[in-house]
Amino acid sequence: MRKPEQELAEIKSMMERSTRFLSLSGLAGVLAGIFAMLAAAFAYYWIYFPGVPYGLHSAAIEDLNALYNLLILAFLTLIMSVGTTLILSQRKSKRKAQTLWTPASRRFVEALFLPVLVGGIFCLAIMIKGHVLYIAPVTLIFYGLGLINAAHFTLGDIKYLGFCQLGLGIIAAFFPEFGLLIWTLGFGVMHIVYGTLMHLKYDR
Amino acid sequence: MKGTYDKAFENVVRLRVMSILMVNEQFDFNSFKELLEVTDGNLASHLRNLENAGYLLVSKSFVGRKPMTNYSATIEGKKAFEAHLAFLEILINENKT
Repeated sequence: MRKPEQELAEIKSMMERSTRFLSLSGLAGVLAGIFAMLAAAFAYYWIYFPGVPYGLHSAAIEDLNALYNLLILAFLTLIMSVGTTLILSQRKSKRKAQTLWTPASRRFVEALFLPVLVGGIFCLAIMIKGHVLYIAPVTLIFYGLGLINAAHFTLGDIKYLGFCQLGLGIIAAFFPEFGLLIWTLGFGVMHIVYGTLMHLKYDR
Repeated sequence: MKGTYDKAFENVVRLRVMSILMVNEQFDFNSFKELLEVTDGNLASHLRNLENAGYLLVSKSFVGRKPMTNYSATIEGKKAFEAHLAFLEILINENKT
């Protein structure tokens, strides 16, 4: 018979590995943050330049071209972030001799992307109705909810990132004129901080 | 004594299978295989063993054209696993004192 402590450790590890998607790469978080900041810089250039990056008095926001550009930019940023996350997580799971696509990672993706998808559609509606300033709070809030929802299926620390995004989203909802700045703080700075912490804690 | 040492969980593959099914509603054959890193035959025989003990429920279905075998723990299986856990706990506590 094995030692009981060893046996319990075995049980615990199996429970974790079968329910949690542990290959989520920290580095991918950093890259996603950098992409978000680049996107925010573009958005600033289209909407506010050469003025300050906040405030309500921007004529460009009614400009349809700028809106289309923003939409394409948003899609590109999303695809690049998800893509690098996939590639880096694939690498991490290979290094740990695990597979990327497991019931656990499937549940993680479902838990994260249902709120994100709904948020995305909601944003589209907001955009069509002309409340462009509310895109920042809405994306932050839905993404935060998605992260908290998905925290059960990956490294639990991600829920703190979720709470940060949620909090920033609520602040941005009350001060939508600072939306772009708060969005950059959430999707850019927070991702980089979180990604770095996770990389140092788990990936080395 | 509350806990019992369950012979069914003596084997590490069966212990792992049961651990997984305690926290997953169901789990399919291929996912077991990947996570446990065992051969088809080995895994199948352990799963059959647990099934015969009445600890597992097997359900076969098709995803597209691929057959999919899903396993879930029975109430009896969960009780047996909990008793096994309780036994381990008692052992650990005894060793401490």
